Amino acid sequence: MSTAISVRHLRKVYPGQPPVVALADASLEIKDNEFFTLLGPSGCGKTTLLRMIAGFEHPTSGALEMFGEDLLELPPYKRPVNTVFQSYALFPHLTVAENIGFGLEMLGKPKAEIRATVGEMMELVQMTAMADRQTGQISGGQQQRVALARALAPKPKVLLLDEPLSALDFKLRKEMQLELKRLQTETGITFIFVTHDQEEALTMSDRIAVMSAGSIRQIGGPRDIYDQPAERFVADFIGDTNFLPAELVSSAGPTATVRLASGKTTTARSHEGADMSGQVTLALRPEHTSLVSEAEGMLTGRLGNVVYFGTDTHYHVQLDDGTGFVIRKQNSPDAPADFESGARVGVTFGAGVAQVLRD
Amino acid sequence: MAEQKGFNIRRQTGFATLAVACFVLLYLPILLLVAYSFNSGSSIAIWEGFSWRWYQSAWENELVQEATVRSLVIAVWASLISTTVAVLAALATTRTRKFRGQGAVFAMINQPLMVPEIVTAVALLIFFAMIKVATGYSGLLYLVIAHSAFCIPFAYLPIRARLQGMDLSLEQAAADLYATPFQAFRRITLPQLWPGILAGAMLAFVISLDDVVITEFVKSAGQDTLPTYMLGQLRRVITPEINAISTVLIGISVTMVIGFTLLSKIRN
Repeated sequence: MSTAISVRHLRKVYPGQPPVVALADASLEIKDNEFFTLLGPSGCGKTTLLRMIAGFEHPTSGALEMFGEDLLELPPYKRPVNTVFQSYALFPHLTVAENIGFGLEMLGKPKAEIRATVGEMMELVQMTAMADRQTGQISGGQQQRVALARALAPKPKVLLLDEPLSALDFKLRKEMQLELKRLQTETGITFIFVTHDQEEALTMSDRIAVMSAGSIRQIGGPRDIYDQPAERFVADFIGDTNFLPAELVSSAGPTATVRLASGKTTTARSHEGADMSGQVTLALRPEHTSLVSEAEGMLTGRLGNVVYFGTDTHYHVQLDDGTGFVIRKQNSPDAPADFESGARVGVTFGAGVAQVLRD
Repeated sequence: MAEQKGFNIRRQTGFATLAVACFVLLYLPILLLVAYSFNSGSSIAIWEGFSWRWYQSAWENELVQEATVRSLVIAVWASLISTTVAVLAALATTRTRKFRGQGAVFAMINQPLMVPEIVTAVALLIFFAMIKVATGYSGLLYLVIAHSAFCIPFAYLPIRARLQGMDLSLEQAAADLYATPFQAFRRITLPQLWPGILAGAMLAFVISLDDVVITEFVKSAGQDTLPTYMLGQLRRVITPEINAISTVLIGISVTMVIGFTLLSKIRN
C-alpha cells in the first residue's frame, strides 16, 4: 500500500509571551485507503495537524506530502482533500443539493456530471428526499450527512473529518460510526478522523495516533493501543487501567520478568528496544484480572466498593501497599455472589497480561 | 410586606414621570411640526383648518424641486461610494490576519464619528477652496466627496458587525471545496453580507440626506440641498411649507430606519 499522507517533523508555534507550541515535531505516515484517527484530549494538537493538511494553518517548520507531492506549496483551494467540519459549515443560503454540488461546480465540472454525482451522493447518505430543502430546515443528523456528502462529492483522495460526530446525540452517534466505516470501505478514500472519544477511535479506525500536548505518543492499531499501551498517558487515556509499581528482574525481547510489591514474580509484555531498568510501572486492564481468595492471589488486599453495572461488576480493592485496584467481571445470571465488601481478597492475572510502560 | 427583589429602576420614585417627560420633549415638537404642515393658514403656530396646500406649494416650488433633486443625487452617490469603501474596509479589518496598527486604522475609519462636524466642515472648506483655485472646478463633486467621506463610518459599522457575526468556517469550507478567494467571496460571503450592505447603504443615505453643517460650508453658490434650503428659508419668512418638507423628510428617514432594523434582523 502506498503512502497517502506523509507528515515529517511538523511543528507549529504561535508567537506570544510565552509562545504556544500547538504541535511539537509530529511525524507520521498515513497509508492509502486507511481509516486513520488522531486521538487525544482537547489542546493536544490533533485539530491543528488536520487543519495543516487542509491548508488552513501553516506549519512553523517541517514537511507535508500527499502521494509524494508537496502540500505546503498549495493554498487550501488547490489541495485535493476535503473536510467535514465540526460545525458542518453548510452554506445557509444554498439548498442541500447545491451544497453537495458546490465543490464540483468550483472544479468546473459540466452540469450533467454535477447533477449525476450529486444524485449519487444524496443516495449514498440517504438524503435524496431532502434535495431542495434549505440547510436550516433539516435536523442535526441530516446536516451531518449533507456535510459528509458535500466533502465526498469531489471524490477527494483524502477526506478529513474534524470531530464530525461530537454534536450528535448518543444513539445517532453510534449509527454514524458504523455509517462512516461503511462509507470509507465502499469509497476506498483515505479517512483522517479527529476525535477525543476513545470509543469512536477504537471502533472505526484501522490505525490510531494518540496525541498529547502537541506530540504523538503512540501509533498503532486499536488492539495494539489498547492491549499494549506504550506509556502511562496512553494507558490512562484509553480505557480504564490499573497501574502497579514493580521491579524489573530481567527482560528478553518483548517479554520481561518483573517482581511485584508482594514479592511474587510474573512475566509481562514490554516494548522491544525500550531502555528499562529498576523500578517500572505495569498497566493492567480491569477486565484482564480476576478476584480470588487471599491465598491464591498474586497480590492481596481488602475489598472495598462493589459496583454493579448491569453487564459487569466492578470490584474496588485496596492493595496492601495502599494502591487502589479495580477488577471488572462480566455478570452472568447463574454466578454466585462471591465476595463481601470488607473481606480480605486476592488479585490475580495471567502471565504476559501486564504491560510494562515506557516511562 | 412584599420581599424586595433587588434593585429595580422602574420602581424608583419619579421614574415614570421622568420617562414620560423625556418622550413628550422628544416627540411633542415633532408632532406639532407635522400637525401644522396641514394648516390651511400661513402661520406655523395658529391652526386654521386642514389642507394639503403647503405640500402642493412645496411640490410646485422650483427651488425646493432643485434642492430635492440635488439632495437625492448627492445622497445616492455618497451612499454608493461610502458603502463600497465600507465593504472593502470591513473586509480588510475582519478577514485578514491582524496587522500592526489595526486599532489605528479602525479609529481613522471612524474619525467622522469622533471629530466635531464643524471642524471637519471648516477643514473641508479650506481644502476644497485650495483645489477650486487650482482647478477652477466648482461643481457638485465636492459635496459628493465630502458626504461620501463622512458617511463611511455609518456604512462601515453594520457591515463590519455582519462580517464579524458570520461563521468563518463557511469561507474555509468554500476554500476547501476548491473555491478561489474571489469565488468564495462572491458565492458565500457576499450573499450573506447583503443585509449588512443594504443596512449600511440606507444609513449612509439618510445621514447624507440630513446633513446641514458640512454641506453649508462646502457648497458653492446655488448648490443648496434640501436641509440648507430649509435653513435659508428659516432666516426669512417661515411658512408651513417648511413643515411639509420636514414631514416628508421624517417619512423618508423613518422608512429607512425601519428598513434598516428589519434588514439587521434577517439571519441567514
